[in-house]
Amino acid sequence: MKKDFTLWYKVKNMNSNNESLDTLRDIRAMMEKSSRFISLSGLAGVFSGTFALIGAYLAYWRTNQAAWVVRAQDTEFGTGTIERIDWSVVSFLTIDALFVLVASIAVSYYFTRKKALKKGQPLWGPYSRQLVLNIAIPLSVGGLFCIILFFHGLIALIAPSTLIFYGLALLNGGKLSFEEISYLGISEIIIGLVGLYFKGQGLIFWGIGFGVLHIIYGVLMYIRHDR
Amino acid sequence: MKSIIHQLDKAFENRIRLGLMSILSVNDWVDFNELKSLLQVTDGNLASHISALEKKHFIEIRKRFVGKKTNTTFRITKEGKSAFEDHIKALEQLLKSGV
Repeated sequence: MKKDFTLWYKVKNMNSNNESLDTLRDIRAMMEKSSRFISLSGLAGVFSGTFALIGAYLAYWRTNQAAWVVRAQDTEFGTGTIERIDWSVVSFLTIDALFVLVASIAVSYYFTRKKALKKGQPLWGPYSRQLVLNIAIPLSVGGLFCIILFFHGLIALIAPSTLIFYGLALLNGGKLSFEEISYLGISEIIIGLVGLYFKGQGLIFWGIGFGVLHIIYGVLMYIRHDR
Repeated sequence: MKSIIHQLDKAFENRIRLGLMSILSVNDWVDFNELKSLLQVTDGNLASHISALEKKHFIEIRKRFVGKKTNTTFRITKEGKSAFEDHIKALEQLLKSGV
């Protein structure tokens, strides 16, 4: 979609106070509302980040109880052919991750709906639809990528890979919403790459990326856009 | 001051028309239902404002078939864009002069 940003910024930077100002405000609000989805809530980020931290802690606690992956050659952590794997740990981690995912989606839906109602922007309008689509495509690719990594026994690469694909997804969707979303995306990619380099510490970087970053950006977005 | 006020385009005095032009000035083709949900107006109300702006050649209309349904989309014309920009400039002038 082609957009004219020059006029938009011109309107954005005008200031003073009276009736013409109200008119200009209306014009500006309509321009913003019609070209980006501005109902994303910072609080959703704060809650999702908290859930992620709890989830990461539970995963850390469970995987440290006993060795759950035995490899043929224990040359390097997280690689090499798997000889035996403790499926109870795998299912614990899967359920843990699903809980974090569902809880995060639920709070995001709740706060975004609330904000959309307040802003008078449709929750499921053309812009939120485009935003979801732009995020969903790279995210689904990332999900499949991680499942394939698991089948190849490259378990240590999964956590940083989720960060990288999530970051790419946000970067892709960021242009359709607040600019903070793009910056959050870039930060997730960086954390993911660093985590990929220091493999074996995946959970810590996962906690920083999905937990701490979400909370920081959530607070930032709340201060800037929600109040 | 009168001169500036006269530069304000009568076609944009209505809030819905102003909203329509705002949306179309930052987007390419936008369809009827999107406009309706953004402006929160009824079909008839929106249609009458659209036809008023179309008569002035400020917006253009494109009708297509998507499957069996007609899909009507709208776009701002060059004329409409410059008229809307002039209107904004006039508003800005009014602000600067402190009326």
